Amino acid sequence: MNWLQVLQDPNTQWVLAGCILLGISSGVLGSFAFLRGRSLMGDALAHAALPGVCLVFLLTGSKSIGFFLVGAAISGLLATYCITMITKHSRIKEDTALALNLSVFFGIGIVLLTYIQHSDSGNQSGLDKFLFGQAASLVGSDVNTMIAVSSVLLIITALLFKEFKLLSFDQGFGKGLGFPMGFLDGLLMVMLLMSVVIGLQAVGVVLMAAMLITPAVTARYWTNKLSTMVILSGLFGALSGAFGTLLSTQIQNLPTGPIIVLGSTTLFLFSLLFSPKRGILFRFLRFMQVRKKVLHQDILRSLYDVMEDSKKENSIPASFFSVERLAIKSGKQAQTVEKALRTLLKKGWVTQDKEDPQKWGFNQKGLHVAHSLVLNQRLWDLFQMHEQNFHGYTIDQSEEEIIPQLNGVQLEMMLKELEHHNMTPTLVAIQSYKIANHTPDQGGVTA
Amino acid sequence: MGIAHPDLPLSIRDITVAYQKKPVLRHVSLDIPEGRLIGIIGPNGAGKSTLIKSIQGLVPAASGQVSIYGKPFKEQRKLIGYVPQRESVDWDFPTDALDVVLMGRYGKLGWFKRPSKRDKEWAMECLSKVGMADYSNRQISQLSGGQQQRVFLARALAQEAQIYFMDEPFAGVDAATEKAIIQLLNDLKAQKKTVLVVHHDLQTVTEYFDYIVMINKRLIAAGPTEEVFTSDNLQKTYGGRLQFIGEHTAVHTDTNKKGALV
Repeated sequence: MNWLQVLQDPNTQWVLAGCILLGISSGVLGSFAFLRGRSLMGDALAHAALPGVCLVFLLTGSKSIGFFLVGAAISGLLATYCITMITKHSRIKEDTALALNLSVFFGIGIVLLTYIQHSDSGNQSGLDKFLFGQAASLVGSDVNTMIAVSSVLLIITALLFKEFKLLSFDQGFGKGLGFPMGFLDGLLMVMLLMSVVIGLQAVGVVLMAAMLITPAVTARYWTNKLSTMVILSGLFGALSGAFGTLLSTQIQNLPTGPIIVLGSTTLFLFSLLFSPKRGILFRFLRFMQVRKKVLHQDILRSLYDVMEDSKKENSIPASFFSVERLAIKSGKQAQTVEKALRTLLKKGWVTQDKEDPQKWGFNQKGLHVAHSLVLNQRLWDLFQMHEQNFHGYTIDQSEEEIIPQLNGVQLEMMLKELEHHNMTPTLVAIQSYKIANHTPDQGGVTA
Repeated sequence: MGIAHPDLPLSIRDITVAYQKKPVLRHVSLDIPEGRLIGIIGPNGAGKSTLIKSIQGLVPAASGQVSIYGKPFKEQRKLIGYVPQRESVDWDFPTDALDVVLMGRYGKLGWFKRPSKRDKEWAMECLSKVGMADYSNRQISQLSGGQQQRVFLARALAQEAQIYFMDEPFAGVDAATEKAIIQLLNDLKAQKKTVLVVHHDLQTVTEYFDYIVMINKRLIAAGPTEEVFTSDNLQKTYGGRLQFIGEHTAVHTDTNKKGALV
């Protein structure tokens, strides 16, 4: 079959619609569960839904999602209640309470399921699909229920977005404002449960947690804004839903639910590695860049320092210094220092001694760069050592440079203090350092 | 008990709070005068935070009544601003500084409504009052501890309250933030607002606060700082731990005319 034919098949359309809806609603609600640190709650709710579904089937003999919703909701709520009570009235922590309940409810569910399968009601086939889900069994009425439920969920989320944000970020503050945080928490839990229940038939008890959490975690990699994150999470859920459905219609014997989960996991892995802000790759690259920058700055400063020392000690100061001397000064290995010097050479900041290429010194440009670095460093040192003297200065200590944060008077004052503490960098005349124009003029004193 | 005086911003009667059956705060009754900067002091575990939380109904009180300007707390909630401890939230939450400050408007907005443009302008103004206007779009995890604290203060300002409760706003902040906060507190005081601050640095008590409440699981003393901040009361509040604070106490004995402690 080609794609067009597949999409014209009404059965596929139902399944596709169902899986996309499911992806959206579980992605959106999963975001809040994830941010509330309740990632495992979805898993517990899904497992706890199983005995409810089985009981409803035993009592009514019907296999409609509507009935199952009620049963799953009741047993899910019971599980939530148990978890809350155990956490509240014993010393058992929430993760342990979750684990206890999840397995007990699931155990009961399996017992009931086995009983149903061995009974002779004749209508039981398909119920075991709730374990791993079977999207292909979705029919029109199921999808209608899913549409109704997920619309309700999305509308409530849109209406109470601000309240849910408050709940997820700062419950205590919200309570202080007068919002009933307990009620909102309960409501969110019920909504989470509803999105779990509509997913049971397609994805199954075991995999449902992935539908809730994976899109949310993935979305977090791409944004720092809650609204964007929630929308992205819904989108990722929908994408994986569509991907799973379409792939499993194209290739024989591919289960839809697990493919949906694998699809969303692929999105997650991609984000984990390649997201520009939080992804591993870019973080690693940024880290390497910073390391290199710090190394270069260290070498420039060390060279400046040894030059300054030499100027103090000798009447005829040296201009070029051996790698070993720099290595000792900077506390790094000679190899590292030499490599860095070669890079700096390419940048045109340092030069080799013409008579002894093992020795290194600044050229004019490099000296000014190093001077700015040293001055910045010493101003920071001064600021941190005598912070009280500089109150009223609005200094952001997380910034790298201090000079742009000072006004003319403050800079002058700090330069005076530097002089006073004998910390003034002496290789370029201080006067040449213009406040308005941070590149010093060329009249500096070279060693 | 009768109805509390309508001029009193805060009046609490016989508050007892119990966690796990054990009372952590017993029979606290207090009348707080208007327009004061009030320090709540006491040793670790004395119930300082518990007191301001129970006043606001954030932890259930086993007994007691709270009235705000003569009316029950619940009717007067909009008059209250709150700065929780900074550690109480996850700062990696996907939001920026301005958005956090906007949360201060949620109480006035009520259910369903979104913050308007005016709310946003007001939130920006609150951010600039704490010197954070340049950081409004900064993701909150990228703020320093002091900056996070200032965002929390701005959020409380956005509430436009009459009475503020602040839970250790000076804990772990840099010198600049400490100055900004104390400046802000004095501004609030000048506007006749009442500010209650949980504080545990005894050295700065006389400098910062003009009224103090001393507690250690029960109320020890409450009143203007110069009358109440005495070595005698400190002894009662801090018990055996007083030796620790001996030198700080000695510093203050000049102003309160009590004998120096050894």
